[in-house]
Amino acid sequence: MNAEVDVMRHRDAVEFADGVFWIGALDPHLRSFDIILRSANGTSYNAYLVRGSTGAAIIDTVKERFSEEFFARLESEVDYRDIKAIVLNHLEPDHTGALPELMQRAPQAKLYISQRATSMLKALLKPSAGDFAYTTVNTGARVSLGDRTLRFLHTPFLHWPDTQCTYLEEAGVLFSGDVFGCHFCDKRLFNDCVGDFRFSFDYYYAHIMRPFKSHVMDALQMIEPLQLRQIAPAHGPILRERPRRYVTRYRELSTSNLADRLGNEERSLVIFYMSAYGNTARMAEEIAQGAGGVAGVRVSLYDLEGGEIDSFVDLIEEADALLFGSPTINGDAVKPVWDLLSSLAVVDLKGKLGGAFGSYGWSGEAVRMIEDRMRGLKLQIPQAGLRIKLIPTQDELEACRSYGRDVAAALSGDTDANRIIDFADLN
Amino acid sequence: MAKAKITFEDIAQTVNVPAGTRVIEVSEKIGAGIIYGCREGDCGTCMMHVQEGWNNLTVPSVLEEKVLKENMAGRHDRLACQAQILGDCSVKPA
Ligand SMILES: Cc1cc2nc3c(=O)[nH]c(=O)nc-3n(C[C@H](O)[C@H](O)[C@H](O)COP(=O)(O)O)c2cc1C
Ligand code: FES
Ligand SMILES: [Fe+2]
Ligand SMILES: [Fe+2]
Repeated sequence: MNAEVDVMRHRDAVEFADGVFWIGALDPHLRSFDIILRSANGTSYNAYLVRGSTGAAIIDTVKERFSEEFFARLESEVDYRDIKAIVLNHLEPDHTGALPELMQRAPQAKLYISQRATSMLKALLKPSAGDFAYTTVNTGARVSLGDRTLRFLHTPFLHWPDTQCTYLEEAGVLFSGDVFGCHFCDKRLFNDCVGDFRFSFDYYYAHIMRPFKSHVMDALQMIEPLQLRQIAPAHGPILRERPRRYVTRYRELSTSNLADRLGNEERSLVIFYMSAYGNTARMAEEIAQGAGGVAGVRVSLYDLEGGEIDSFVDLIEEADALLFGSPTINGDAVKPVWDLLSSLAVVDLKGKLGGAFGSYGWSGEAVRMIEDRMRGLKLQIPQAGLRIKLIPTQDELEACRSYGRDVAAALSGDTDANRIIDFADLN
Repeated sequence: MAKAKITFEDIAQTVNVPAGTRVIEVSEKIGAGIIYGCREGDCGTCMMHVQEGWNNLTVPSVLEEKVLKENMAGRHDRLACQAQILGDCSVKPA
């Protein structure tokens, strides 16, 4: 069973469990995906065929441009008339490109999608119009193929609201969609034969799953109890050898390290700043001092000049509040601040507090601009930002400490005493 | 103007709002966990569960009822981009 295959050399289906076949396509030339992802060796669009005693099921299709390869592999193993079910784990076009054509070739097949996928399906099939029937399924729903049963697990936001996984009960195969996938193209197809894809696996997680960690945790709750003989994701190698370690990896990647260290009581406040003449730096130090005096708040202070975006993004992900300090330079905040603030799409910022401060010479736009950006990122700003003209005086340094205390108090306060906010104050 | 209190259970936060405010307006500003897609009552992404004060939201329109049904909403589920707050209630992501 663990013999090497080479799917570049033929266009047949590849059987990897009894009556279960890979019928996907390889895209070795792809270098960038969905704008945000890169791949150094392409990707695969994995589609699958499951044969049962009363009919076959197709699970996902491929990107439209690769339809021909998909249909060739499909035809090598099954007649269109025998297709009873088409399951869509995820409606993104990289998996539904061949769907309209498949529906025409197998008009009797029933379409199964998650309940959140309805409006997307309509939008996707718009051009081909016509009436089409589909069945929405939720966690626990089953489809029988006679001697085989497909069971569904609704796993929203991994990667879109519609995503689901499909589990073939008798064979212990989990068709996981984008979950456990990666953009890695290798004609040897199986995790125990392909090249080293650990980096691609983690990279895919970091860009696709990371913003939805709490949804990943919910999905893992459903996946972990399953008997897993193989995991068949929608991209990258089929995980047939020790599949469970990929599940474990997802759990590791989704678990907060900081909570371990701080415990559940303490909140983390991270202050980033940039300073040319040291004025904004002085403010940052005093704010840190003020905030540090509040019980239950752990403060970290970072000069943006001395670090890398990626590690700062990691810090932000686990922080409960973020403050940014920037001088105003030519009517704007400085670029390292914007660079960091535009790198946060991969983390979940919901519920975090934000704030801004900075020294300025005459116009001082930076602080308001940073606050606006933070609001755009859905951070809550509990305290209006602090601006100080040129070199801070003793009084102004005290104002910095007081600002730090107020932000820290908002942070430690609203966790236990559900403080009531007025809508008018939520600018 | 009449006021109402809405609590977002996932972030344990209560906000005092003028009656008639849409849930989406508050939830986005405060960073509650409800997620939005189309923002116009079509996609069902913003489904939320109303824990308390079900009757203190405006009644769902025919269109909202339809989308809720399509998305197999539970008994006290609503679309946060559509529902307006009339009295005290508490909600969380569905
Ligand atoms: C090249 C340059 C451009 C500046 N442009 C502005 C500006 O547009 N508006 C403003 O309020 N201050 C401006 N300033 C003044 C700085 O914001 C001010 O010196 C501030 O105190 C610097 O803070 P820092 O010590 O934290 O760098 C500028 C300063 C420099 C050196
Ligand atoms: S956001 Fe689409 S229905 Fe509310
Ligand atoms: Fe996707
Ligand atoms: Fe995908």
